[in-house]
Amino acid sequence: MARMTMIEAIRDAMDVKMGMDEDVVVFGEDVGYFGGVFRCTQGLQKKYGKHRCFDAPINESAIVGAGIGMATYGKRPCIEIQFADYVLPAYDQIVSEAARIRHRSNGQFTAPIVIRMPTGGGIFGGQTHSQSPEAIFTHVSGLKTLIPSNPYDAKGMLIAAIEDDDPVIFLEPKRLYNGPFDGHHENAVTSWAKHEKGEVPEGHYTVPIGKAEVVEKGMDVTILAYGTMVYVAQAAAKENNIDAEIIDLRSLLPLDLDTIVNSVKKTGRCVVLHEATLTSGFGAELTSLVQQHCFNHLEAPVLRVAGWDTPYPHAQEWHYFPGPKRVGKALKRVVEAQ
Amino acid sequence: MSDEKMPKATGPLSISIPEPPGRPGDAPDFSYIEVPKAGEVECPAIDTKPEDMRHLAYSIVRVLSRKGNAVGPWAEFLGDDLNDESLLRGLKDMMKTRIFDARMLTAQRQGKTSFYTQCLGEEAIATGFQRMMRKGDMNFPTYRQQGLLIADGCSMFDMICQIYSNEKDNLDGHQLPCLYSFKDHGFFSISGNLGTQYVQAVGWAMASAISGDDKIASAWIGDGSTAETDFHSGMLFASVYQPPVVLNIVNNQWAISSFNGLAGGRNAPFAARAHGYGFPSLRVDGNDYLAVLAASKWATERARRNLGPTLIEWVTYRVAAHSTSDDPSAYRPKEESDAWPLGDPVERLKLHLIKKGAWSEERHTQAMAEIESEVIAVQKEAEKYGTLNRGKGPDPEKMFEGVYKEMPDHLVRQRLEFEA
Repeated sequence: MARMTMIEAIRDAMDVKMGMDEDVVVFGEDVGYFGGVFRCTQGLQKKYGKHRCFDAPINESAIVGAGIGMATYGKRPCIEIQFADYVLPAYDQIVSEAARIRHRSNGQFTAPIVIRMPTGGGIFGGQTHSQSPEAIFTHVSGLKTLIPSNPYDAKGMLIAAIEDDDPVIFLEPKRLYNGPFDGHHENAVTSWAKHEKGEVPEGHYTVPIGKAEVVEKGMDVTILAYGTMVYVAQAAAKENNIDAEIIDLRSLLPLDLDTIVNSVKKTGRCVVLHEATLTSGFGAELTSLVQQHCFNHLEAPVLRVAGWDTPYPHAQEWHYFPGPKRVGKALKRVVEAQ
Repeated sequence: MSDEKMPKATGPLSISIPEPPGRPGDAPDFSYIEVPKAGEVECPAIDTKPEDMRHLAYSIVRVLSRKGNAVGPWAEFLGDDLNDESLLRGLKDMMKTRIFDARMLTAQRQGKTSFYTQCLGEEAIATGFQRMMRKGDMNFPTYRQQGLLIADGCSMFDMICQIYSNEKDNLDGHQLPCLYSFKDHGFFSISGNLGTQYVQAVGWAMASAISGDDKIASAWIGDGSTAETDFHSGMLFASVYQPPVVLNIVNNQWAISSFNGLAGGRNAPFAARAHGYGFPSLRVDGNDYLAVLAASKWATERARRNLGPTLIEWVTYRVAAHSTSDDPSAYRPKEESDAWPLGDPVERLKLHLIKKGAWSEERHTQAMAEIESEVIAVQKEAEKYGTLNRGKGPDPEKMFEGVYKEMPDHLVRQRLEFEA
């Protein structure tokens, strides 16, 4: 076992897979020599050569399009989009091509590509370095969408993603890269060194796609969260003395419905969290599934706490971010509802 | 398919992975840039057909000689625009831009803002270009064209308040620092996404022409971002509709760690990209204020005379880091900016003006001090209204404003929830 940050764990996953499989290629903007602006690919070009890890022109559509072409040839591209906010020029390639090529060719062609991208706010990145676009991917048939919340999962899930035969969107909550973050931005940054999930096994292992994790067991309310919001949920529950069952979804699509349903049937109450804007967010899907499958067990309406329906503001970042205070309020409302 | 008639393969195939000539620890190497003598490149008539001036994309328009003289046909083309008063103004615009950048860089280090982008070494391009823009024209800039605002006399107070995201921020804290919007100065709102606004400038110019107006537009992009699809979209529409637009590429050699070869800039000059689209292009020494004035005049006049778009590649060097989030010592030779063959724009114009007897070292030193005092005074005034995370800041509720013209019910509800 080794202590790793999320950045190191992600790098290690690519390192392990590149070592095992010559078909794994890694590319993107600033990814080669420099090792990526968040340094997730540092050292990979030196170790595996310029033909396995290389810089790409600043054209996300071309990066994804070329990646799809390579994947259909038989490669396993694991490509980086510098910020999730920059993925939109590639959306046509992702939606109309990567997601559909298996279906429309009836399996003659497939695109086993992994598209990694840092997501979420908390770094004063304004509207171009803070967004959480998971719902625009979960809405597309043919894609898998993952979002790890810690180094252990990040490595195991990225390896699983690279080995998966379908296109995978791999969202990396950038505020978690160097440590768990509970939304208390005024506090000192905590590192992964002291967190149990900062322990990462060496070599190959996978965290299966489609499996959620119950990170806190509880009886009062079920909190459905992913990415940074897992830690916000923990802080909010603790600060309000609420015995919450916190589920880290990890894999948004495919979704681990059993874990969700079993928990909500037990607690009878549910709060759904995400950083992304509220309206038509992934929380709407979760809320719908919960009411459909747990209707007779619910003792309160399911509440969502999410980013406001505005572009991500720069100066008002902490008013925008759904921190422990807002989450705490929702938890109390749901728990206290008769 | 028959294999019999096909030539035999010569070996396994391979792709090219371009690399810059130097990395940290290497000696800087700019041998890839051929620098012609100042005055050597011809100045074609404004209505020259694109096919008759293609060779200009393969040389570099330069006016200031090494000795500081203004020479050649582009100097002549400037005519009345080449006077001491306008050049002194240009010098001071560049100095102000540089001093403003230095102060704001320090302010970022002090935590007064989250982010800053300097244009160190590239000051001549935006400050010179703006001289040829008129009231009502529109620039679609990137975050490295603050010189357009300085040269247009935009209030530094307003600029600093935006950088500080304080209570006087004209964008109410909505947008990242340096991603200004100053409509009154013909400065379009910067999105921060790369290349997206190149094609918008073309559309704006089309609208001006469709409306029978006399306004022109100017698009800005960096060498790295020419890789984006929207650059090519802009070129296509400019070619098809021939609107009054100047398409600028600031080739400062680096896009974060990506050298310009990664945007295809070593296979052919960026200026040559206009050839495939059939409109004219100029390749210009971007560190030569006089060459900037001359080429800007040529292209804007062409647009105003309804002769269509011009592409200009400004050859320059990004002396500074990409932004305050970047560390160039990790990917390029440290001494590279000293070895840059086109020198420093401020020093070159200063030498020229001293040579003409219009300026002196003493006056330069004095002007530096005066400009610095001016910037410091404005900065202090701006700081009375706070800096990032210090002071009142923009009203938090303002984040709900401006999403739509009229706030829809769901946002009204969210704002109420926020206030609670």
